[in-house]
Amino acid sequence: MSKRVTIDPVTRIEGHLRVDVEVDEGKVKKAWASGQMWRGVENILIGRDPRDAWAITQRICGVCTTVHALASVRAVENALQLEIPLNAQYIRNLIILAHAIHDHIVHFYHLSALDWVDVTSALKADPGKAAHLAESLSTWSGNSKAEFTKVKERLSGFVGTGQLGIFTNGYWGHPAMKLPPEVNLIATAHYLQALEVQRYANKIVAVLGSKTPHIQNVAVGGVANALAVDSQSVLTVERLLAVKEWIDKLNDFVKNVYLVDVAVVGGFYPDWTTIGRGIVDYLSVPDIPLDGKGTQFALPGGHIAGGDLATFKAITSFNDQYFRDGVTESVKHSWYEGGKGPLHPYKGETRPQYTDFQENAKYSWLKAPTFYGKPMQVGPLPRVLAMVAAKHEPTIAYATKALDLVSAVAKTKVGLGALHSTIGRHAARAVSCAVQVDELGKQWDLLLANMAKGDLKTFNKPVFPKGEISGVGFHEAPRGVLSHWVVIGDGKIKNYQCVVPTTWNAAPRNEKDEPGAYEACLLDTPVAVPDQPLEVLRTVHSFDPCLACAVHIVDVENTEVVKVKAA
Amino acid sequence: MRVVVLGAGNILLSDEGIGVRVIERLPLAYHLPPEVSVIDGGTCGMEMLEDLEDLDALVMVDAIRGGEAPGTLIRLVGDAVPVFFKTKLSPHQIGLSDVLATLELVGKAPKTTAILGVQPVSLALGMELTPEVEEKMPELMRMVVDELALLGLTAPSIAAGAT
Repeated sequence: MSKRVTIDPVTRIEGHLRVDVEVDEGKVKKAWASGQMWRGVENILIGRDPRDAWAITQRICGVCTTVHALASVRAVENALQLEIPLNAQYIRNLIILAHAIHDHIVHFYHLSALDWVDVTSALKADPGKAAHLAESLSTWSGNSKAEFTKVKERLSGFVGTGQLGIFTNGYWGHPAMKLPPEVNLIATAHYLQALEVQRYANKIVAVLGSKTPHIQNVAVGGVANALAVDSQSVLTVERLLAVKEWIDKLNDFVKNVYLVDVAVVGGFYPDWTTIGRGIVDYLSVPDIPLDGKGTQFALPGGHIAGGDLATFKAITSFNDQYFRDGVTESVKHSWYEGGKGPLHPYKGETRPQYTDFQENAKYSWLKAPTFYGKPMQVGPLPRVLAMVAAKHEPTIAYATKALDLVSAVAKTKVGLGALHSTIGRHAARAVSCAVQVDELGKQWDLLLANMAKGDLKTFNKPVFPKGEISGVGFHEAPRGVLSHWVVIGDGKIKNYQCVVPTTWNAAPRNEKDEPGAYEACLLDTPVAVPDQPLEVLRTVHSFDPCLACAVHIVDVENTEVVKVKAA
Repeated sequence: MRVVVLGAGNILLSDEGIGVRVIERLPLAYHLPPEVSVIDGGTCGMEMLEDLEDLDALVMVDAIRGGEAPGTLIRLVGDAVPVFFKTKLSPHQIGLSDVLATLELVGKAPKTTAILGVQPVSLALGMELTPEVEEKMPELMRMVVDELALLGLTAPSIAAGAT
């Protein structure tokens, strides 16, 4: 007899996601992902000046504001075929990378680790043993017995008050929790240390972006940062030296804590390397452009079919036709007027038609994007696999390091194939983060070297022609491929569509009724206790869902904060 | 003393943006004392952590769905604050409530928190406030100034100083 489990909303994410699963004999047999908020930002943009779009689109979300700002200016620049100064590219790259590192650290420790780490079990840990274990794995300075003792005391005080606060939604003592108490204590200590470290990434975004959240420095044509080697009132070498110091701190944490923790957790959950595979058609885009036009990139991206790295087809420039022509969106199962079949984003429409949740018809505010007609998985896993396929050396090195550590903890050889899984998505995110932190250092060097040559230019003025032009701006955002599509007529926006990472991953069924990535990845996920569907949350959280920009708002007054319904 | 006036909200959803709109106009209408930082938090999340650490007081301005008549001004303090975060969530506050809970965990939560706002008339798509809420703006800004006065901080009106 099958059981229906509804999780509404899925918590510890930004935005409002509902997931329904049908569980039979302890496993998920069918799944539906439903975005419960309507976005509609596109409608606000029509008729506006394309130079303002970035400031407006970055307000859709509270997590990845910068990514929309950047995708938006890239789209308008693409329409104009406008080259930007090198300094502008480097400053944008620094913001992109610092933001991504912030996002990945916070996602792992603060938004998803609690699916794997039982904080209450940490109270049973021996701090001495925990320190011995942690020190055998890494050189991080925060792994001492004294540190772990302090964390255990703080935690026990906190649990003692009965006010678990941020930890309230944990499934403590759930049979799917497998970490020994010492590992739980180490992870909890790193959870707290990550709170300290994440600020350095945020400071970099704030200094270069002039404000965070919601950066203020980008412009169509470059950035608004005035560079100088001497003046105090602008971005000086002195401030850039502070940025360098923060990069070094992030580097230490990402390499010696985050990457290690993910591998250790993975090693204790070997089953989860075979759960959550789902869609293995992967899409990523190259990013961190090294020239003003976007024809060379530090980090490669592209398409992989059927999980086979040999099929990798690279996307190579901001004008890449293969990417531009491949994307369409279906609304057959989405709460929009349809009937025209899948539409290319330049022709995309956003006309709401709400019906209620109808599992065989319309059931989500998300559209269903496809690449050459097929649903894709996007995110750190597709990114890392593309970089491995493109023979990007640092990616191969960090992936090997992580998998070797997983193998050592699991006491069995774990290879690259294990990444096509729920825990694999976490591992890929950590590998990606290690690559990004190295690249952050390199972009800093490039900016300084270019300034030293006497080049202080940061902006090329855009000029809008009469008539119609269109452009796409893509960006490999923390959660995967983000693309903004703009049609401009006589200098005003005629159409605008954002195809965001979570739309790819949390998509409902498409025109051919094929499931989206969440829906496909949930199939065969074991569910030990239907009214405590921790395993479902693990797989959904492994994508780092961020629904605020995928969709937007319903009134949630008088609704329960979390509703888990098993019927 | 360190006080933050935080405007939270989504300016793309008409009255949902009231918090940010107050933050934009407050420094134009009042001379704020140096102890007070004004922050446009927008649809913020964990990025706000550092800015909100170890505050003597947090004054948050936001649209509040408190079951009152549309346009009603609302002030929440004391026990009403956690209730606001538990039951009157809007999308951005999922992030903000996490920030405050995290500050609680690390022992850096604001000593006092007050939430000031208005019951929205509309949350429809749009970048302007509704006329009803727009009309309440001066009064809402005065509520912020009164809140600062309770903390012993004076913020004279710029217009009054000019006359």
